[in-house]
Amino acid sequence: MKQNPQMLVERVDAVTIRFAGDSGDGMQLTGNQFTSVTALSGNDLATLPDFPAEIRAPAGSLPGVSGFQLQFADHDIFTPGDAPDVLVAMNPAALRTNLASLAPGGILIVNADAFTPANLKKARYDTNPLEDGSLAGYRVHTIPLTSLTPQTLVDSDLGKKDRDRAKNMFALGLMCWMYSRPTEPIIARIRATFASRPAVAEGNLAVFRAGVAFGETTEVFAHAYEVAPAKDMPPGRYRQITGNLALAYGLMAAAERARLPLFLGCYPITPASDVLEELARHKRFGVRTFQAEDEIAGVGAALGASFAGHLAATVTSGPGIALKSETLGLAVSVELPLIVVNIQRGGPSTGLPTKTEQTDLLQAMFGRNGEAPMPIIAAATPGDCFDAAVEAARIAITYRTPVMLLSDGYLANGAEPWLIPDIDGLVDLSVLVNFANADESGDFQPFRRDPRTLARPWAIPGVTGLEHRIGGLEKADGSGNISYEPDNHHRMTLLRQAKVDRIADDLPALTVDEGDGAPRVLVLGWGSSRGPIEAAVRRVRRRGMAVARAHLRHLNPFPSNTGEVLAAYDRVLVPEMNMGQLSLLLRARYLVDVRGYNHVTGQPFTAGELEQAIVEHVKEQSWHAP
Amino acid sequence: MARTLTRADFKSDQEVRWCPGCGDYAILATIHSVLAELGVPRERCVVVSGIGCAARLPYYTDTYGFHGIHGRAPAIATGITSARPDLQVFVITGDGDALSIGGNHLIHALRRNANMTIVLFNNQVYGLTKGQYSPTSEVGKVTKSTPAGSLDHPFNPVSVALGAEATFVARSIDNERAHLAATLEAAARHKGTSFVEVYQNCNVFNDGAFDAVRGNRANQIRLEHGEPIRFGDHGEHGVVLCDEAQLEIVDVVDGDEGALLVHDAHREDPSLAFALSRLSHTPRGPTPIGLFRQVSRPVYGTELQRQIDEAVGLRGTGDLGALLAEGDTWTVGA
Ligand SMILES: Cc1ncc(C[n+]2csc(CCOP(=O)(O)OP(=O)(O)O)c2C)c(N)n1
Ligand code: SF4
Repeated sequence: MKQNPQMLVERVDAVTIRFAGDSGDGMQLTGNQFTSVTALSGNDLATLPDFPAEIRAPAGSLPGVSGFQLQFADHDIFTPGDAPDVLVAMNPAALRTNLASLAPGGILIVNADAFTPANLKKARYDTNPLEDGSLAGYRVHTIPLTSLTPQTLVDSDLGKKDRDRAKNMFALGLMCWMYSRPTEPIIARIRATFASRPAVAEGNLAVFRAGVAFGETTEVFAHAYEVAPAKDMPPGRYRQITGNLALAYGLMAAAERARLPLFLGCYPITPASDVLEELARHKRFGVRTFQAEDEIAGVGAALGASFAGHLAATVTSGPGIALKSETLGLAVSVELPLIVVNIQRGGPSTGLPTKTEQTDLLQAMFGRNGEAPMPIIAAATPGDCFDAAVEAARIAITYRTPVMLLSDGYLANGAEPWLIPDIDGLVDLSVLVNFANADESGDFQPFRRDPRTLARPWAIPGVTGLEHRIGGLEKADGSGNISYEPDNHHRMTLLRQAKVDRIADDLPALTVDEGDGAPRVLVLGWGSSRGPIEAAVRRVRRRGMAVARAHLRHLNPFPSNTGEVLAAYDRVLVPEMNMGQLSLLLRARYLVDVRGYNHVTGQPFTAGELEQAIVEHVKEQSWHAP
Repeated sequence: MARTLTRADFKSDQEVRWCPGCGDYAILATIHSVLAELGVPRERCVVVSGIGCAARLPYYTDTYGFHGIHGRAPAIATGITSARPDLQVFVITGDGDALSIGGNHLIHALRRNANMTIVLFNNQVYGLTKGQYSPTSEVGKVTKSTPAGSLDHPFNPVSVALGAEATFVARSIDNERAHLAATLEAAARHKGTSFVEVYQNCNVFNDGAFDAVRGNRANQIRLEHGEPIRFGDHGEHGVVLCDEAQLEIVDVVDGDEGALLVHDAHREDPSLAFALSRLSHTPRGPTPIGLFRQVSRPVYGTELQRQIDEAVGLRGTGDLGALLAEGDTWTVGA
């Protein structure tokens, strides 16, 4: 885009911006638009949408604030950034809830019109922060967004409501100018979004252009910034993707590679519903989605579909898993493939529906009656949800078992650039499906096991000679008849456990990123904390300290070298957004005194807090030098 | 050519473990002969159940079978039949299984109309857990869990099914072999969810619960589509629709059927069928036996398949590679 010729364009390598406003202000839309155009500019990026659970809390109120943060850079980054460099605050409530995170000296753009006595009161300000000097440490730009917006719309037929709403476009335009983003893709997108309402599209565009022009012509901005496209990204074709979209695509890809129809049995719950909604759109791919009466019916139908020979999945969040757990025990007992996705959110109970946590690991591990082992894997980044879904399908099909896939609210809604995978290059799951063939001998054994995988045959209705009965009552090893025989139950318990344990032989070894030097501290993570951990480790190393890092995708079973890896370091630090669930498993399994860094706020870790935690451990370890 | 199957072909090799004298035996034998009669190959039959004495039935039937968990059989069966409309799916359930823990799934299966035949063995008691009262037990029932008599008002399974607007609703009796067989066969041939309540004697925990009806033809109102509703040893009673939009039992004078309600099982509106189901809330008074309602409505699994076929027909089979690369993309490197 053209810049004001006298104006300096300063190059920066990374920027973090947060848009914050009332939930009716369109902050998520604004953030998403900015993200799209940033992705197209070739930057690496990560986003953190943060919205209230209420669809519309009262306008101007503190609980009604909706935020969208993104970091973008000319190099690979792992997080949406700690402290924003720029905060766009659309009203006093947004200012109050977000100011504390703004970096010292950061840029603050506020909608001056919204600082009315009523709004100030709702945000519990006694004096107007724009006038009382309390913002002195920031570069403040007060812009009358609400009143400027209608001025640009004098020629428009837009109603008052649409006019008021369009002010987020002004902010978007201004940010696009400030960070030298191309405007054409945004213009195209706005036109597409409002294709059925051209007047609204043109109105929004006028406001957007006004925002850009305001940046260009107003003297108040010392300069614009430029962030070059990211280097070091693997070559190829990219798009931007959120975790939930990647998950839906991953399930579809797994079905395609297995040459099976996909069946999703589901009940809506935040933050999982998008996956149901996305898959429901893809009937052309033979995808069957079933919105059941509750989670129990959702997983029950999925298990039925698996019995009938489909690739079956259910997607939910912690409270839904709680309801499904009896059926998951049944799935363990009948040994059928099933992909169970838990997009974790804050708990306990309904907890914080729109916030993120890693608090369901032990639920995944033990949340069933009886000895009911279930493989668990976790996705690490939004794009990784795709690969995790394919991997979950691989394990489920190979071993005829339900598999728990853990994602979380941060991955679900967060976005990143995604190297579009080549479907044909993915693992061929169809050879693993291997449905049992007709049996003329009349002594089909539904629980005869493959000696290598210990998987039982997948015998689907419609095949002559394979008629058999399965269910939750204990089955005799081999024949599958009901058996209450004590030794048989012990043997079946061991077999089910051995089947899951054996998966470890089939997993890549846990790899360690050693960095430079001879690190004595290992930072071990799982799931969505991958980004902040990686960013923090990078910072610690820049400070000249040696530290190693590893990340677990498979949490049950652990990769077979996990014990060795843990033993190779004097100290193992396990940061988790829970009270120490992985730590508990590692301590129990490997008798290693791992240390936790635990923090349960509903927000992802910042790289800064982890940096501090890691540095402490590295220092402490060097005092304990042998 | 495949040989015609007989009842014996549907018996599995598993020892049946119901109490001697249990009504379940008669129902099992009838189901086996109905399966043979239907002419569906064994491998295309799936019997799904929940938990309870009745729910053990799949083990005794040589087809594909899925013994599920308490109350959830309709959900599992919905998955099976939605994935595979080619299968003949039965759900075997009890009054506790279907109406207590599984009440939610039952009503949703009925309204959804996926292709399955739900057979509810009603013994008005919990058999497998040894004799607690059930959601069909009469008020005041003394059981081990209700020593002072139960307090809750019972469900009438047929009313529940009609309330959920099920497309096929019938009632039969365990030891009435011919009636039960004809009813189950019609239910199995029905497209959509069919629901059959079977009065089943639990001789251990609730012996004789249905004797007032079972052993007493005069107390049974036999529903025949297109026939005036008459009953009694000599047809001396009949059912009329009175002014208060209620059904009433009247004496038939001189064989005059003129005022009697003519049973129409195919009436779209379920109100009259519902009114019929209210005639006897407990099986003490005159109780309708037979087909209450059979109407046709789109079938869930078939409609799901139709949507898929339409989507493919309209825009072709999906190309996943193209889908992933949809929207804004950019290229890094050469
Ligand atoms: C989740 C769960 N809760 C309770 C039970 C115990 N239970 C097994 S069968 C049953 C009642 C069955 O009654 P009904 O459906 O009338 O069948 P019947 O045994 O009379 O044929 C109960 C409560 C269970 N198996 N699972
Ligand atoms: S307890 Fe009752 S229902 Fe169960 S098998 Fe015995 S007689 Fe039949």
